[in-house]
Amino acid sequence: MRVGYYPGCSLHGTARELDESLRAVAPPLGLELVEVNDWSCCGATSAHATSHLLSVALPARNLALAEEQGHDQLLAPCAACYNRLASARHAVACDAALAETIEDVLGRPFPSTVAPRNLVEVLRARLDLLRERAVRPLTGLKVACYYGCLLVRPSEVCSFDDPEDPVSMEEVVTATGATPVAWRRRLDCCGGAFSVARTGSVVRLSRAILDDARSAGADAIAVACPMCHSNLDFRQKALVRRGEAELPVLYLSELVGLALGLDAETLGLGRHFVDTKALVERALASKPGPAAKPGPRPSAPAAAAKPASPAAAGTEAV
Amino acid sequence: MARIGVFVCHCGENIGRTVDCARVAGEIGKLPGVVHSVDYKYMCSDPGQALIKQAIAEKGLTGVVVSACSPHMHERTFRRAAGGAGLNPFLCEMANIREHCSWIHEDREAATDKAIDLARVIVEKVKRNVPLETIRIPVEKRALVIGGGIAGIQAALDLADGGAEVVLVEKEPSIGGHMSQLSETFPTLDCSQCILTPRMVEVYQHPRIRLMAYCEVDAVEGYIGNFKVTIRQKARSVDETKCNGCGACQKACVVKNVPSEFDERLGKRTAIYVPFPQAVPNIPVIDREHCAYFKGRARGMKKDACGKCKEACARGAIDFAQEDRFVTEKVGAIVVATGYELYSIGKDQPAAGLKGYGEYGYGTVPDVIDGLQFERLASASGPTAGKLLRPSDGKVPKKIVFLQCVGSRDPAKGIDYCSKVCCMYVAKHTMLYRHKVHDGEATVFYMDVRAAGKGYDEFTRRAVEEDGAVYVRGRVSRVYRDGDVVKVLGFDTLNGTPVEIDADMVVLATAMRPRKGIEKLAQTLSVSYDRHGFINEAHPKLRPVETNTAGVFVAGACQAPRDIPDSVAMASAAAAKVLGLFSNEMLEREPTVARVDAALCAGCFHCERVCPYGAVEHKEVRDRKGNLLKVVADVNPGVCQGCGTCQATCPSKSVELMGFTDEQIYAEVNALAL
Amino acid sequence: MRTHGTDAPAHGPLSLRAEMKERTGKNTARCYQCGKCSAGCPMAGETRLRPHDVMRLVNQDARARLLADESIWLCLTCETCTERCPNGCDPARTMDALREMALEASPGSPPRALLAFHRAFLDQVRWTGRSFELGLVADYKLRTGALLQDVATAPGLVARGKLGFVPHPIDGVKEVRRIFEACEEATRAASGKKEGA
Repeated sequence: MRVGYYPGCSLHGTARELDESLRAVAPPLGLELVEVNDWSCCGATSAHATSHLLSVALPARNLALAEEQGHDQLLAPCAACYNRLASARHAVACDAALAETIEDVLGRPFPSTVAPRNLVEVLRARLDLLRERAVRPLTGLKVACYYGCLLVRPSEVCSFDDPEDPVSMEEVVTATGATPVAWRRRLDCCGGAFSVARTGSVVRLSRAILDDARSAGADAIAVACPMCHSNLDFRQKALVRRGEAELPVLYLSELVGLALGLDAETLGLGRHFVDTKALVERALASKPGPAAKPGPRPSAPAAAAKPASPAAAGTEAV
Repeated sequence: MARIGVFVCHCGENIGRTVDCARVAGEIGKLPGVVHSVDYKYMCSDPGQALIKQAIAEKGLTGVVVSACSPHMHERTFRRAAGGAGLNPFLCEMANIREHCSWIHEDREAATDKAIDLARVIVEKVKRNVPLETIRIPVEKRALVIGGGIAGIQAALDLADGGAEVVLVEKEPSIGGHMSQLSETFPTLDCSQCILTPRMVEVYQHPRIRLMAYCEVDAVEGYIGNFKVTIRQKARSVDETKCNGCGACQKACVVKNVPSEFDERLGKRTAIYVPFPQAVPNIPVIDREHCAYFKGRARGMKKDACGKCKEACARGAIDFAQEDRFVTEKVGAIVVATGYELYSIGKDQPAAGLKGYGEYGYGTVPDVIDGLQFERLASASGPTAGKLLRPSDGKVPKKIVFLQCVGSRDPAKGIDYCSKVCCMYVAKHTMLYRHKVHDGEATVFYMDVRAAGKGYDEFTRRAVEEDGAVYVRGRVSRVYRDGDVVKVLGFDTLNGTPVEIDADMVVLATAMRPRKGIEKLAQTLSVSYDRHGFINEAHPKLRPVETNTAGVFVAGACQAPRDIPDSVAMASAAAAKVLGLFSNEMLEREPTVARVDAALCAGCFHCERVCPYGAVEHKEVRDRKGNLLKVVADVNPGVCQGCGTCQATCPSKSVELMGFTDEQIYAEVNALAL
Repeated sequence: MRTHGTDAPAHGPLSLRAEMKERTGKNTARCYQCGKCSAGCPMAGETRLRPHDVMRLVNQDARARLLADESIWLCLTCETCTERCPNGCDPARTMDALREMALEASPGSPPRALLAFHRAFLDQVRWTGRSFELGLVADYKLRTGALLQDVATAPGLVARGKLGFVPHPIDGVKEVRRIFEACEEATRAASGKKEGA
C-alpha cells in the first residue's frame, strides 16, 4: 500500500523518533511511505491563532502537492499537522468562496481530492498484520492511550473515531499485546503550543494528565502528537514532584515497533528525555514467539523472523 | 340562462383602500349572465347578508358570487345566507380579493383590474355549478382509546361516564403508564399510586369500558364515525378467564433475575410476572424471551425445560400454547394517548439525528441514573423499598447532583425542544431526597427554571428556600466515574467560577420523547407527526386535541411533553370532543368529493393506486340478468377528502370532483386567458 | 473571501455579531449562555473572560473590550468548547476570528510572549518554508528577552539529535512567501472594504 507521507517540521526536529519509528514499522505493516516532494509547514497553531486564510492556505499547498504527485491519501503522523490539513480541507469544502480565494492565493488548482490520515487510523487499519507479526508481544505492559485534542476534535473535521469515547488507540495497543488502562484525562488538552510562551499553563495541564495516567496504573503513556510528546516527555522533569517516578511517553509507532521486534535504537527510543531503558528491557524480556493471535490470512513463517516485504502485505485501505 | 348576482365587499378599508369596489361591481355587472352587481362596506354583516337574500328572492338568482375575503373566512357564512333564501348553498362561491389582491398590492388601478379578473373567473365557474347535497353518514358511538396511561385512563373514564362505549387498548400487561412508577407528584407531593390506583380500578370495573391490556392496534380502516380497528391480543400464555391473580405462579417461577421494566432495571422480576402489585388487570404474563420453558423450546429441547408455574397454578390457567389473536372492533372515534419515553444518553440511539452523551459516559456509569430511575429509588414500592440507596454499592448517597436539560434544548444531540416537566420534577426530587436524607446535599445544574403553572414556581422556590437545594446556573461539561465518586465538571455562570463536585450519585433529567413505534401507529391512523415523532394537533391554538384526520383525537405526552395535569386536561378535552361527535346521529360532510362515471370507467384503477385516503373501491356492473359486465372504480364519499388526485390521474376522464369539475376549471382558466 | 451581505448597514462598521457571521459563518446569537463551554475549558481557571463570556460580549457588540482582552490569546484551540456546545455556536472559531480581528485592528495587541512566539514561528515558515526549533527558540528569546528560559534544556535537545542547527529552505520557498503575501493582501483588502462601508 503506497501512501503519501507528510512528516511535518517536528518530525525533522524534536519528534525525530516519530519519523524514525514510523519508517521502521511501515514495511512490516505493508506500508510504503512516499514523502511528498517539497512539502512546507502547515502553519500549525501560529497560523491558526492569527490568520484564518493563512491557516487554510498553508495546508492547502501541501494537499495540492500531494494531489499533483498522484496521492489520494496523505499520512500526517503529527496530530497537529493532521488537524490543520483536515481542517483546511473541511473549510474549503464548506465555503465555495473560500475555495476560490485559496486557488488564487496558491496559484494552483486545488480540487481537494486528497484525504488526510492520522497515525492512529493508519495503524488501526492494519491490525491484522500487526497481530500476525507482533513477534514480541508487550504482554503485561499497561499503557495509557492519550489522544489529546487534535486527533479527535472538532469531530466534524476528524470523524474517524468517537470524539468523547474513542477506541482506536486502545485497539492498536491491544494488538501489540499490551493492556490499555481506563483513565479520565485521555481527551484533555496538554497545553499544546503554549509550551514555550506560557510554560506555567502547560505544567498545570500536563501534570494533571501525568498524575491521572499514573494513578490508573499505567507503565507508559502512548501519544500520537509531537506537541503532546514534548509537553509530557521533554517537560516531565518539571511535572513530577519530589520522589515521584517518571513515566515513559512513547509514540504509538514506537510501541508498535517494539511489538514487531524492532530494536530500540531504530525506533529512536534513545532520544527520549524520560528514560525508556527499563521499559525496553521489559519488552525484550517478553517471550519471543508467534503472534498473540494469528490474523485471518495465513502467516508466512518468515514473517516472524524478519519484516516482510511490502508486497506481501495485503491491500486493505490505509 | 344563468342569472348571477355579484356582491363586492369593501371589508371596511381592508379591500376598499386598494381596490375601487364600485368599479369592480360596475365592470362585473356588464358580464353576460350577471343580472345583479353591487358593492357594500361589510358583506358579512347582517345588512350585507340581507342584501344577498333579498337579491336572490327578487331577481331569481341562479348563482351568487361574493367578492370578499378568503373562503376559509366566510364561505360558510355566505352559503348559509344563500341557503336561507332558498338557493342551493353550493351555488354560492367566493372570489378572494383581499388576501389575493388588496393586502398584497399597492397600486390601486392595477389592484382593481386584478380584482375584476378574480371576480370574473368565479362568475364563469358559478355559471357551471350544479346543486349539491351535503353527505350524511351514520356514527358508531363507540370510542377506541390507545394507551392506558393517565391520559388514556382519563379519556376512557370521561367517555364512558358520558355514555359512550370505550375500548381501551394498552400494550403493556397493565394499565397505569409512567404515572404508576412515580413516587410522589408535584406540586402537592401526594403519592402517585394513591391517586392513580382508584382510577385504574374504576376503568376495570366500568360497565362501558372494555379493557384490552397486552394488546396493540394492528390496522385501522374506515373514517370518522365508522372506523374498523384490528387489535392484536398478544399471547399472555395465561388464560384470563381462569386466572384469579393469586400469584402462586410467580412464586414458583425459577427465573428470578429479569431486569424489571417497571423498576427501570433497578430491580428484578420473574419470567412470569405482573409488572407491579396493583396491576390492572391483575393477570400475569409469561415473558417468553426469559422463560425457561420457552428458552428450552427455542433450543429445540424435546423435554419441557420447566413447568413450575403450570404445576403451581391451581386453576390450570397457564397455557403455553396460547398464540396472538386478532379481534376487530367498530368505533366512531379514536383517542391516541400513547405517552412518552425518556431519551437515553447511550451510544446507540433509536432514531437518526439523535446522539448520546459521550461526555457523560454514554450511560456506562452505574451511579448516573435518569429521573424515572430516581422515582423508583424513592418509591416505597420500589426495589429499595423507598430507601435512597445508590445502584453501584447500595450506599446512601450524601451528595446528589441533578442535571437539567439532558437532551432537551440540545440541538447538538438532536432535540431542540424543552421537555417542560423536568424543572418541576427535579425540584421535587431534591425535596424527596432531602426529606429522606437530612444531611444530604442536593445540587441542581440548570439553564433556566421554567415553572409556569398554578403553584409551580412556589414549588421550585420551596426546594431552594426550605429544603436547601443548591441551584447552579450552567450546563455540565463532563461526568465521569472517579473511584468511589462521580465527578461532575460544571461552571457557575452567575458568579463566573468553575465548579467541580465529587458526587455520590448523578440524576439526569433526560428529555421526553414520543414512544418507540409512534410513527408506525401514526401512519396506521393517517395522522401527521413532527420530526421528533410527536403527533401533530390540527391547530396549535384552536384545535389542540384534534388531529388532521377527522375522528382521530390526541391526548397527553404523545403530542408534546406534558405533565399530569396537562395530560388529564387534554384527555378530558378529547373526550368532550368525541362525545360532541357522538351527540349526532348522522355526520354531515361537504359534497365536494370525487364521483366516478361507471359508463366511462375502464377499470384500470390508477385512481385506486394514487388515492392517499383509500377511498376508491371496486364496484361490479351487471346487466339485467345479473351477468358481470365489468368492474369499475367507485369512490366512498365518506372517506374521500376531495383532493382531486384521482381526477388528474384518470386516463378516461371518468372521475370528476364535485364542485371542481374539469368544465368548471376550464371555464375559470378561459375567463382569465381570453 | 469576505463580502458584505446585503443586510449590512449602509454606514459605520458592522455590528460585531454580523461581522462574526461573515467571518465564521456561525450565528453567535444562538448562544444561550449555558456555560458548557466554560465548564470544559482547560484555561477557564486562568483567563478573565471565559468562552461563554466571550460569546456574550460578541452579542453585546463589545468590540473594543474583547479585542483588548488578553483572554482571547490564552485559548489553546483545543476545541473542547465547540465539540460540546449544545447549540452549534463554535466558540473556538469565534475566538480564532477575534484574534485575527485584534491583529488587524492593532498588530501589537496580543500578549508579548505569545505574539513573539507566533511571529517567530511564522517568519521562519515564510523565509524557509518550514519551521526549525532551534532558530525558533533563539528568535523568540531575542524578541521576548527571556534569554535564560529553557536554556538548560537546549543541550539536552542537541544531545538527543533533536535540534537541527541549519535551516533547510525548501525549493518552493518563493511560492510559500507568495502565499503569505497573498493572504496578507486579501486580508488587507477585506478590512479596507469594511472601513469603506
